[in-house]
Amino acid sequence: MKSAVILFPGINRENDAIAALKQATGIEPTLVWHGDTELPKTDIIMVPGGFSYGDYLRCGAMAAKSPIMRAVSERAKQGVTTIGVCNGFQILTEAGLLPGALMRNASLKFICKNTHLKVENADTRFTNLYGAGDVVEYPVAHHDGNYFADSDTLDRLEGEGRVVLRYCDVDGKIDPATNLNGSQRNIAGIINEAGNVLGMMPHPENAIDPMHGGTDGRNLFKSMVEAAS
Amino acid sequence: MSTNDFNSTPITPELVKEHGLNEEEYKLVLEIMGREPNINELGIFSVMWSEHCSYKSSKKWLKTLPTKADWVIQGPGENAGVIDIGDGQAAVFKMESHNHPSFIEPYQGAATGVGGIMRDVFTMGARPVANLNALRFGEPDHPKTRHLLSGVVEGIGGYGNCMGVPTIGGETNFHASYNGNILVNAMTVGLADTDNIFYSAAAGIGNPVVYVGSKTGRDGIHGATMASAEFDDDSEEKRPTVQVGDPFTEKLLLEACLELMATDMIVAIQDMGAAGLTSSSFEMASKGGVGVELWLDKVPMREEGMTPYELMLSESQERMLMVLKPGCEDAAKAIFDKWELDFAVIGTLTDTKRMVLKWHGEVAGDLPIDPLAEASPEYDRPWEPTPKQDRIDAESLSGKMSHVDALKTLIASADLASRRWIWEQYDHLVRGNTVVRPGGDAGVVRVEGTNKGLAATTDCTPRYVMADPVEGGKQAVAEAYRNLVATGAKPLAITDNMNFGNPERPRIMGQFVGACQGIGEACIALDFPVVSGNVSLYNETNGVGIMPTPAIGGVGLISDLGHHATIGIKRDDSALIMIGAATGELGQSLYLKTIEGREEGAAPPVDLGAEKRAGTLIHELIELGLVRTCHDIADGGLLVTVAEMCLAGNIGADVSLPEAGSEAAWLFGEDQGRYVIATRDPDKVLNAASSANVAAVIVGQAGGDAISIDGGDQVSLSELRELNEGWMPSFMAEAV
Repeated sequence: MKSAVILFPGINRENDAIAALKQATGIEPTLVWHGDTELPKTDIIMVPGGFSYGDYLRCGAMAAKSPIMRAVSERAKQGVTTIGVCNGFQILTEAGLLPGALMRNASLKFICKNTHLKVENADTRFTNLYGAGDVVEYPVAHHDGNYFADSDTLDRLEGEGRVVLRYCDVDGKIDPATNLNGSQRNIAGIINEAGNVLGMMPHPENAIDPMHGGTDGRNLFKSMVEAAS
Repeated sequence: MSTNDFNSTPITPELVKEHGLNEEEYKLVLEIMGREPNINELGIFSVMWSEHCSYKSSKKWLKTLPTKADWVIQGPGENAGVIDIGDGQAAVFKMESHNHPSFIEPYQGAATGVGGIMRDVFTMGARPVANLNALRFGEPDHPKTRHLLSGVVEGIGGYGNCMGVPTIGGETNFHASYNGNILVNAMTVGLADTDNIFYSAAAGIGNPVVYVGSKTGRDGIHGATMASAEFDDDSEEKRPTVQVGDPFTEKLLLEACLELMATDMIVAIQDMGAAGLTSSSFEMASKGGVGVELWLDKVPMREEGMTPYELMLSESQERMLMVLKPGCEDAAKAIFDKWELDFAVIGTLTDTKRMVLKWHGEVAGDLPIDPLAEASPEYDRPWEPTPKQDRIDAESLSGKMSHVDALKTLIASADLASRRWIWEQYDHLVRGNTVVRPGGDAGVVRVEGTNKGLAATTDCTPRYVMADPVEGGKQAVAEAYRNLVATGAKPLAITDNMNFGNPERPRIMGQFVGACQGIGEACIALDFPVVSGNVSLYNETNGVGIMPTPAIGGVGLISDLGHHATIGIKRDDSALIMIGAATGELGQSLYLKTIEGREEGAAPPVDLGAEKRAGTLIHELIELGLVRTCHDIADGGLLVTVAEMCLAGNIGADVSLPEAGSEAAWLFGEDQGRYVIATRDPDKVLNAASSANVAAVIVGQAGGDAISIDGGDQVSLSELRELNEGWMPSFMAEAV
C-alpha cells in the first residue's frame, strides 16, 4: 500500500499526515515536492494542511496552479484515492477537483479546537469503517473553513450523498449553534462525483493517538487503506 | 539623503540627540573614532548603544544571575539558551519582548515578535516545537484595550500558525499601569541535536559573509532606538519604525536553514533582529575577534535608492547573516534557490578587527568593532529599595460577600476568566505532538519519536513584584517551577524577560535590582538557572510606568509521558489534598483587590526551601504514577484552584473550612508553594508528604456537579463555567 504526501513550501501539517498514513499503511509515504511534474506510483494521495504558498492571496489559489497539481488532477481523474485536509481541501476546490469554496470563518478568527462531526455517508472509501450517523471527534485549526457553494450545488451534493461530514454536537445535533465556522449546511467534508476525492477541513490526522485525547481519526485512514487494497 | 552624501551630512548636536546619544556618550564616540563620525557611523553607534541592544542599564545586575547547572550547554549571550535533555538532544529556548512596536501597531508588532524569537531559536540549529507568550494589557475598560488585545492575538496567531509551530501556553493580565504600554513577550522552545548546535562567533579570515532570506526594505529603521525611550502622545506617529512580518518567508527560511545546517558548510550564523545588519555583523565579529568588510551594494534590496545608512539600520524581518566555509557558496546557494530565497555574498572576514562598510567601492564607514560591541556604556544607575508594605490582617476584611458569591465574582473577573478566546485562535496542535493543551499549568509537547515530554510555561505576578520586588522576583521563578512540576516535569532552566519602566528613576531601578535579587535567589534554591533573556526598559508613557514585570519562561522535562498530570479531576470520590502550608496571605491577593477593592499589602513571601521540598515530592508522586491530577495554587487561592480543577474535569467538589481562623484567608489567601492534588489513595500521599517534611492536608472531596463549601452553600459547575468562559467573549464582542 503506497501513499504520497504533496509538499508545498508553506505546508506545515506534513508530519501529522505522514504519521497518520504510516500508521495506517505500515510504510513511510513518499514525499512529493510542489515543483515536480510527476507523481510516483501510489494508491493514496494526500494534500496536507498549512499555508501552501503563504496564502496571502485566496487560500490554495496559487497552489492549485502549481506543476504537481496537474499530475494530482490526472491521477484523481483516473480514480486514485485523494484526500485534501484543511489547506489541502482549499487547494482541491481551487483546482476544480471538488465544487465550492472555503471562505473566511464567520467569526473572522482562526479556530483551533476539537469538534464533533456526523458521518453522513459511511458508504465511501474514506468512511466505510464508521457507521452511518456516527458522531466522531477531530480537531479543527483553520482561518478559512467556511464552506460555500450555491444552493443548486448543495442540493446536488446532498442528493448524491456527497456530503460526508457535518459539524454537529456530541449527540449528533446539527444546527447553527454547532456550526463552528459558518459553513453552508454545516458541511465539513465532501467527496467528488466519482467518490475517490475527499476534501475536509477537520484534522483526522490529529486524532490518531491516545496522546491526542482521542483516536477517532484512525478509521478514516484505515478505511482508505482497506478500500484501496 | 542621496546615496553618496554620507560624508557631507553635518553631524550637529541635534542630529546626535535624535540618535538617542547623550553628551557623555557622544564624547565617547569621538574618543573611539578619533574623529567625527559620518552619518552611517553615527547611526551604528546609536543602535549599538541603545538600551535595547547594549543592556547598558541592566547588565551590571544581569551578571549576578545564576546561569550554570550540569545540564546547561549554553547560557545567556547567544541567540538562545541550550539545555541537555538526554539522548543526544537539547532544548533551545528564549523569551523576548516586542512591547513598544505592539502598542503602536499591535498585529505587526506581535507577529514580528513571534517571528524574531523563532529565528533566535532556529539560528541555533533547533526546530521550533512550541511557542508561548506573556501578555499584559491596560484595564479592560480602557478605550484601546480591545483593539490592542485583538490585534496582538491575531498577530501572534497569524505568524505562529503559518510557521506550523504550536502555541501551547501563555498568560494574560489586565491592569491600568499597562494602559499606555502593553507588554508582548514571546517565547519559543526548539529541539536540536547536542552535536549540531550553531553559534554566532565568526571565524576564518577570508571566509565569505553571506546574507540570506528576505530583501532589505526601509521598515523598522531605528526600531531598537524607539524601544529604548519612553512614549509620549506622539508615539503613534512612530508607526513606520514597526517592522512588517512575512511568516511564509520565515517558514522557507526555517526549512532552508535547517537543510543547510544538516550539512557541514556553516561556520557561524546570527539572525538579523533588532538593529538588523549592524547588530548581527558586530556581534559575530566581536565574538570571533575578527574584522569584517561589508559590501553594502550587494545586499538584496526591496526598493531602489536605499542608502548605506538605511541598509545598516533596517529591521526588515526574515533575514540571517552567516559565515560559510570557503568554497561552499554554490552548494549553499542551491539550497536557498530551492526555497526561493535571496542568497548573497555581502562581505568577507578580515584580520583588522574593524568594520569597514563599502558602497560601490567607496568607504562608507570604518569603525573599530570591540569598542562598540564590548565597551558600550555600562551604567550603575542609582536605585532605591521599594518600601515594605504591611501584612494584611484578615480582621480588616469587610466580609460583605459570601464565599460562593466571592468565587463567582473572582472566576468571572478579568484576572481569572478563561483565556479560551485567546488560545483557540492559536494552532496549538500542529505537528501532532501536543500532550497538554493551553489552559492547564504548563503546555506539554512530546519530544518527537520518544516518550519524553517538554513542559513549558510563562509566569509573573506583577502586583507582587510591585509590592515587593525581591519576593515578587522569587515568586515569578517559583511559580514557573510549580507549573512545570504540576505536569510531572523536572524543571530545568528559565529564560527571563525583564519589563520595567524608566531605569533613570531610582525607584524603578530599585524594582529592577530587587527583582534580579529575588530571581537569583530562587534560581539557586530551585536549581533552575537562567539560560537566556531579554530586557525591555522605558515602558512608560508621559511619566507613568508599568508595574515591574519580570516574566519568567520555564522549561522542564517529563521523562515518561505515561506518567504526567493534568489539572482536571478525573474520578468521583477522589480526596483533594493541599500540599504546602498556608497561613492566609491576603496581601496583593485577587480577593482583596476584586472583592474588597483594595490593591495593597505585603506580597506573599516565598519559602524557597519549602518550595523545593514540595516540588520534589509532587514530581516524585507523579513520576511514580500515584498522582495524575495536580494544579498549583496561584491567583485567587485554594477555592479558585479547586474550581479550575472541577471545571477542567467536569466533576464537582466539596471544600472544607478550617477549624479556626479566617475562612476567607483560608479559601482565598495566596500563600505560595502550594498545590492541590486529587487521589483515591489519600493515605499514601499523606504519608509520602510526611516523610518528605512537606505539609499536606485533605481540603475536600471530589464528586457531584457543583462546588460546595463545607457541605453548605454551593454553585453548579454549569453556572460557574458560564461565568468563567463568558467574560472574555462578551468583553471582546462589546463595541469599542
